[in-house]
Amino acid sequence: MAGKLDQIFILLRDWLAHFLPAALRPAAEVVLGVIAIVCVFPGLFALTTVFERKGLGRIQNRLGPNRVGPFGLFQPVADGIKALIKEDIVPFSANAGVHFLAPLVLVVTVFMGFAVLPMGRNMVLVNMDSGLLFYFAMGAATELSVFMAGWSSRNKYSLLGAMRAVAQMISYEVVLLLSAVSVVMISGTLSLPAIVASQNTYSGIWPHWYIFTPWGLAAFVMYAIAGTAETNRSPFDLPEGESELVAGYHTEYSGFKFALFFLGEYLAMFSISGLGTTLFLGGWSAPFSFLTLIPSWIWFFGKVMVSIFVFIWMRGTLPRLRQDQLMNFAWKFVLPFTLLDLLVTALWRFMGEGWARWVVCTVILVAAYAVMGCLGLSRKDIGPRSYRYAE
Amino acid sequence: MSPIFYILAVLTLAGGLASVTLKHLVHCALAVTVAFAGLALLFLQLDAQFAGFAQILVYIGAVVILIVFAILLTRGSDLPKEGVFSKTWPVGLLIAAAVFAVLGWAVLQSVRAVPQQAAVPAVTVRDIGIALVGRYVLPLEIVALLLTAATIGAVIVAMHEKVRSR
Repeated sequence: MAGKLDQIFILLRDWLAHFLPAALRPAAEVVLGVIAIVCVFPGLFALTTVFERKGLGRIQNRLGPNRVGPFGLFQPVADGIKALIKEDIVPFSANAGVHFLAPLVLVVTVFMGFAVLPMGRNMVLVNMDSGLLFYFAMGAATELSVFMAGWSSRNKYSLLGAMRAVAQMISYEVVLLLSAVSVVMISGTLSLPAIVASQNTYSGIWPHWYIFTPWGLAAFVMYAIAGTAETNRSPFDLPEGESELVAGYHTEYSGFKFALFFLGEYLAMFSISGLGTTLFLGGWSAPFSFLTLIPSWIWFFGKVMVSIFVFIWMRGTLPRLRQDQLMNFAWKFVLPFTLLDLLVTALWRFMGEGWARWVVCTVILVAAYAVMGCLGLSRKDIGPRSYRYAE
Repeated sequence: MSPIFYILAVLTLAGGLASVTLKHLVHCALAVTVAFAGLALLFLQLDAQFAGFAQILVYIGAVVILIVFAILLTRGSDLPKEGVFSKTWPVGLLIAAAVFAVLGWAVLQSVRAVPQQAAVPAVTVRDIGIALVGRYVLPLEIVALLLTAATIGAVIVAMHEKVRSR
């Protein structure tokens, strides 16, 4: 029974496909998988917008949306209808073709990333030999769409926002890739289902997730920072900092094109969380060995939703960084630390089993963190702030 | 030669042609992206996953972004008044034809030198990785050293000069 429930979506897909002649079945299975992804994640996006506005409201001591439906749950439906019937305005001097293509490129490339994420046991659309590489290749293509949007609008705020976004995404993409490389070094594969399988073992009741190792914890923290920056979420939301740039690269978008940008942003958040879950949090595997009865897809989506909650929590808590702080943080702290973590990972790999590697790796990472933190603090002259007012 | 190959070839060629004929520099950069994407798809069509994805990651993710940044930072995105075509285009055509002839000759020779194999060898990403850090580790390290030197050089060029004669 538990096994059936675990594979319910696979069984459903096979049952739907068996109505077709045998020659069409493989194609039909892929199409059904694509339909599932294209339906589930936008649905999750709609739920998350309510969840986020409610959560932010709670953090800021107010109610949040509560007019449409019970507890404001139908707010995304109202928002969607509003976006559909709004006028689609294209600025007179905009580059119409590129302006039209930008949101499409963003949403399509973000959706492509989901193709390689294992969302449950056997639940992966394409089991590629180099799935991780595919994921990052698609992630690299989203930067171009941000640039296209900012440039084609012919608006200085849009262009500034796009420049900021591209600079930020390039800087943090290096970290994102390097922190994933440490997982590849240990598991020895680029295939995401294989990475999950390598974490899906238990000693006693405890799982062998990579986050529960010194190098894995460090890589996960760096991955989380870089992932937040890649998805332009607060505190790294400078590209669309509304107090500075109106709305950044999508200032000149209205109606459904704007909704597409909004969708793309949230989908990117889901997919970054999904990848982080797959790489460090054991993917669809259960947190304790006695909980494996619960279907694998519940664990995957549960972990993704917890990550989303952390994103919202950070947005409600942390102030926005300044551009120079953002760049200094990326290149002077996060990147060196990730490089060091790669060395530690190699050490972990070749020191063999035993407690010695735990001690050595932890000591190196903690010492490096302390030294870099102290150096960073001593370089700053922290004192009373001085303000300059317009004269 | 499947129909997919022809579609991809047309896409790549159209992208390449557009990138040299379009007037607007940013449009050219976007057209060259199409050409790169077409090339990546050609690699994928040949079952070379690693090369295909690396092509997307490096060329679309890095090279195009670099080109676009260079265009924006140098204000080259404004249309030049006196046309974008160089006056020496016949020379360029000659050079391009010569390069094409050499490449074509090399490809035709290779068919004769290495007879067509019956089965395509299956190369996994794992094999590529092992070859890179095993047999070809020296070239890899040399490339890494070169890139590090280039990066340091770029930083030195861009660095603020603190000591200035007043």
